[in-house]
Amino acid sequence: MSKQENKENKKFSIWDLPDVPMGQLPPHLQLQRTRVVCKADAPIHTDTVLYSGAYASMGIDNSLHLDSFRSNFKVEVIRLTKDDMEFDMIGIDAAIANAFRRILISELPTMAIEKVLIANNTSLIQDEVLSHRLGLIPINADPRLFEYLSANDTPNEKNTIVFKLHVHCKPGEPRCTVYSEELKWLPNGSEFIKESEKVDTKPSTYTSFSCSQNSLQNFSSNPISPTEDKIIIAKLGPGQEIELEAHAVKGMGKTHAKWSPVATAWYRMLPEVVLLEEVEDEIAEELKKKCPVKVFDIEDIGKGKKRATVARPRACTLCRECIRGGEEWEKRVALRRVKDHFIFTIESTGAMPPEVLFTEAVKILEDKCERVITELS
Amino acid sequence: MEHGSLQDPSRATFSFVDEDHTLANAVRFTLNQDPRVSFCGYSIPHPSDARVNIRVQTTGDPAREVLKDGCQNLMLMCHHVRSTFDKAVGDYRTNTTEMEND
Repeated sequence: MSKQENKENKKFSIWDLPDVPMGQLPPHLQLQRTRVVCKADAPIHTDTVLYSGAYASMGIDNSLHLDSFRSNFKVEVIRLTKDDMEFDMIGIDAAIANAFRRILISELPTMAIEKVLIANNTSLIQDEVLSHRLGLIPINADPRLFEYLSANDTPNEKNTIVFKLHVHCKPGEPRCTVYSEELKWLPNGSEFIKESEKVDTKPSTYTSFSCSQNSLQNFSSNPISPTEDKIIIAKLGPGQEIELEAHAVKGMGKTHAKWSPVATAWYRMLPEVVLLEEVEDEIAEELKKKCPVKVFDIEDIGKGKKRATVARPRACTLCRECIRGGEEWEKRVALRRVKDHFIFTIESTGAMPPEVLFTEAVKILEDKCERVITELS
Repeated sequence: MEHGSLQDPSRATFSFVDEDHTLANAVRFTLNQDPRVSFCGYSIPHPSDARVNIRVQTTGDPAREVLKDGCQNLMLMCHHVRSTFDKAVGDYRTNTTEMEND
């Protein structure tokens, strides 16, 4: 009796049990938490575990600490050119990586042609189709130097860029092609005279520039033009002519895709290919042959034996070709994705370099947060 | 805009105008990672109007303060992302110019 009492009084904690994993999750849960596992039919564990107390019963804190984020977060640039870049972003959640991607596509402002004043168009291509084509031409102008044109504003040197296009195919000559390089920037604004009822008033144009854009910022050394010279706008037959003025304004991708500063911006999670058992000889050859992107290599392990190795996991497209062909293949190879490792690619249209686009996108997310904070306080 | 009960400040729904999944999902992430939050979720009531509702329920702290902290956290994370990214780009540039010079 007394012995039993003693037992009950003794303070017992579940954490004292020898098989309780302290400070780390059991391997299968750790796998679920950090990897997407791609099975032959569908991927599993695709969601991230958000809730801070999700693993509280195991004594593990799932909350985010800024200090640990700071020490774990890494960026590695893989490729960086004038208009395209690839980089690895490691140690960040999909929610935030996706916010950056969405902002890049739809919330970064650029300049694009919004209004087209057509004086003459005898070409085959209709006015509205021509205007649409002009709108999609990326323009080499830093949008940060311009203001938005709102409905009641008059177009001025701070919110409008004017281009002129005047091309003519002489009768008797072969057909000619109109390229984007024919769009000539007018730093002094519109040259078309507005028709007015009163005869004695000073003739006004469709814009009211107070000074030439040439004198502003650094446009004189870096004149505004379409980013590419050889974009085909239209084709003219003999005797046909196009004369128009195009007005470019600042806008955002969510209004119309022509204002999107990126051709595309996307990310993919880092593929992880693991051989669950030794894959040797003929099976190794077969495995190497199965993969269309050559993820696997074969190494000699002596005595005429060969073994498959994972040489280029990054090339894996998760086509799952290697785990097709029966259950035994699923037992040999595991295809996974690392949930917090993003291979981010940005293709710029050329208006701004890709690395500037990304920093601007991050700034926009910061501004959004700040707006909420000021509204709440 | 905030819809909460007067008696219990620990639960409230916040309505952000002109925002979408971009901010709402990121904020939901940071809030769910906060141990003071017992529930956080968001919804877009109708796809045609630019508005998201974010529901925050806490274990006792005022929801408004917790949401503010969540945004603050997200902002600091962004700041760190930006500085790390700029540094990585700088490193890449110096490495490639060195390689060209070699």
